[in-house]
Amino acid sequence: ETVTVAVLDHLEHLALVDFRNAEGVERLQKAIQFADQLHEVNTEGIQPMDSVLEDRCLYLREDDVTEGNCTKELLKNAREKIEEYFVAPPGNIPLPKLEERDTFLQGS
Amino acid sequence: LSLIRSTAFLNAYVTVAEETALKQAEESEKRYRRGQPLGVLDGIPIAVKDNFNTAGIETTCASNMLKGYISPYNATVVQKLLDQGAVLLGKTNLDEFAMGSGSTDGIFGPVRNPWSYSRQYKEKTLPKSHSENEESNWVITGGSSGGSAAAVSSFTCFAALGSDTGGSTRNPAAHCGVVGLKPTYGLISRHGLIPLVNSMDVPGILTRCVDDAAVVLGSLAGHDPKDSTTIQDTFKPFELPNWIDVSKLCIGIPKEYHAPGLSSEILALWSKAADLFKDAGAKVIEVSLPHTRYSIVCYHVLCTAEVASNMARFDGLEYGYRADMNKSTESMYAATRREGFNDVVRGRILSGNYFLLKQNYENYFIKAQKVRRLIANDFVNVFGSGVDILLTPTTLTDAVPYMEFIKEDNRTRSAQDDILTQAVNMAGLPAISIPTALSKRGLPVGLQFIGHSFQEKQLLTVAKWFEKQVKFPMIQLEEVKRHECSIFQHQKSVT
Repeated sequence: ETVTVAVLDHLEHLALVDFRNAEGVERLQKAIQFADQLHEVNTEGIQPMDSVLEDRCLYLREDDVTEGNCTKELLKNAREKIEEYFVAPPGNIPLPKLEERDTFLQGS
Repeated sequence: LSLIRSTAFLNAYVTVAEETALKQAEESEKRYRRGQPLGVLDGIPIAVKDNFNTAGIETTCASNMLKGYISPYNATVVQKLLDQGAVLLGKTNLDEFAMGSGSTDGIFGPVRNPWSYSRQYKEKTLPKSHSENEESNWVITGGSSGGSAAAVSSFTCFAALGSDTGGSTRNPAAHCGVVGLKPTYGLISRHGLIPLVNSMDVPGILTRCVDDAAVVLGSLAGHDPKDSTTIQDTFKPFELPNWIDVSKLCIGIPKEYHAPGLSSEILALWSKAADLFKDAGAKVIEVSLPHTRYSIVCYHVLCTAEVASNMARFDGLEYGYRADMNKSTESMYAATRREGFNDVVRGRILSGNYFLLKQNYENYFIKAQKVRRLIANDFVNVFGSGVDILLTPTTLTDAVPYMEFIKEDNRTRSAQDDILTQAVNMAGLPAISIPTALSKRGLPVGLQFIGHSFQEKQLLTVAKWFEKQVKFPMIQLEEVKRHECSIFQHQKSVT
C-alpha cells in the first residue's frame, strides 16, 4: 500500500518542505512500514500518555511582566525588517498547485 | 585553548569563543586572588552542545537554517554555569538538529572519536602505512552529542553539556569513554535548549568521572519558572560518599536488553559487572521489560510528530536562514526550509506530518502514546517490585569506523543504536553510562545504570562505586601531527 501522490502533495503543503526526489518518497514509505509494527501491540484499555509528569500539577506563574523591551535585540536576527516590523512577502497566496509547482512529485 | 587548536582535526568544536573565554578566565582568577570564588565551578572550562542558545555566540544546531544565528539570550543551564564562574570555551558539534546517532550529519562534518588516535586503538589496528591508517580507520563518536563527548574525552574541557532525547548523551559517552548522565525529565530546565521532542528532551552532562557529574548536576538542577516542565520540588545538591556499601541494593538485569546485535564482548562485560555486584553482596536478579522492543518504533512516531511541530518555527521570518523567494509567504517559507534543512530533518518533518494527518492520528500518534504508557509502566512495575537500579549495556558494539557507519542511512542507524537507551527517555527516568573497559579493538565500552525518577543521588552513588571497581584506563593520546585538511577550516574564534 503506497502513499498516493495526492497525499504526498498534501504533506508538502502542510509541512512546507519538499520530498526532493524518489529517495525522499521512499524514505516516507519505509518510515510508515516501520511505524506499522506498533499495531502488533495490544493497547486495549490503555490511555495515551502525553507526559511523564502527568501526575503532577502544571503551575502557572503570576501574570506579571518581568522582561521585555528588547525590540532591537530581536530584530537583529531578522534578515528583512522595516522599522519595528518583520517583513514578509504577501500572504494569503496558497502554494501553487502540483502542476504549477517546481516539485519532484510532478513527474509521478 | 591551544589544546583545542591542536586537536582541531577531531572537529569537536563548531565555535571556539576564544576572547570571551579568556576574559572569563581572567575574571575568575581575580576572584580567586580576592579569595571570593563563586563556587566550585569558578574558572572551570566547559563546552556546550551547539543546540543550546548562548548569548552573543553563534548557535547553529549544525544546520544551514541557523548558520550565523546569534542568540540574544543564554539557555538557563548555560546561564547557571556562567553564574558559577565557569568558562565557556565554545560550542560543540552535533548531528543536524540533534537528529542522529553518529554526530556525522551536521553541516560542519563528522566528529572524530579521540580514541581513534589513542595508543590503545592504534596498537590493535592492522599495521598499514601510518597516515593511511588514520584516514580510513578513524571511528565515530556516536551521537548526537559527539562533539561534547569528544571535547571531554580529549581533555579540552572539564565538562560539557549535551542533550538526550533517545540516548544522545549516553551513546557518545560510551563510545568516547566518558561519563554521560541523562537526568530525570523535569529536573533540569530545557529553556534555551532548541527542542527536538518536548516530552523527552533533557540537557545531558558529560564528564570524566561520576563525582564531576554530581557537581555539575548540583549547579544545574532545580525548578525554572521559564520552563513549565520543570518540577517544583526543591533540589538539594549532594556530594557522593567515598565509602559505598552496595550490599543492601537490588540490581535488576532486564533480559530484553540482550538485544540482537549485542556484541559478545559487551555481553561478557555486562555479565562481569553483574557478578561484581553479586560478589559485593547485592541482590542481582533478572527482570523483564516486555515492551522494550517497541520503544524504537514508538519513538520513531512520537519523535517525528513532535519534530514536525517544533521545526515549524523555522520559516526565515524572525531569525535564521531566509531564502530569496518573494512571491508569497508560503513559497518563501517553502524555499527557506528546502534550502535550510538537510535530508534527515526534512524526512522527519514529512513523516511526522504523515502520522499527524487526521486519517492517521488515531492509528499512529495516539497508538504510539498508548504504547509509551506501556513502556513507562514496565519500568514502574520493575521498580515497584523492589529493584533499586537496572544495569544494562549502553551500546550494541564499540565505536565503528566512519567509513562503515555511513554505509547505512541515518534512520536505520538511529534505530539500531538507540535500542538500549531510548526506552529510558520514554519513561523520563534518570540514566548514566559509565566507561567500563576497552574492547578487543582498544575502544571504550560503557555500561548503563537506570534509576528511579528523581533518585539521582542513589543512581550516581551506585555508578561511582562501579567506576571505582572497574578502573577504566586513561586515554593515551599520541602526539598528533597537524592535519592539513580543508574541511576543518570552518573552526573559527568568536571575536
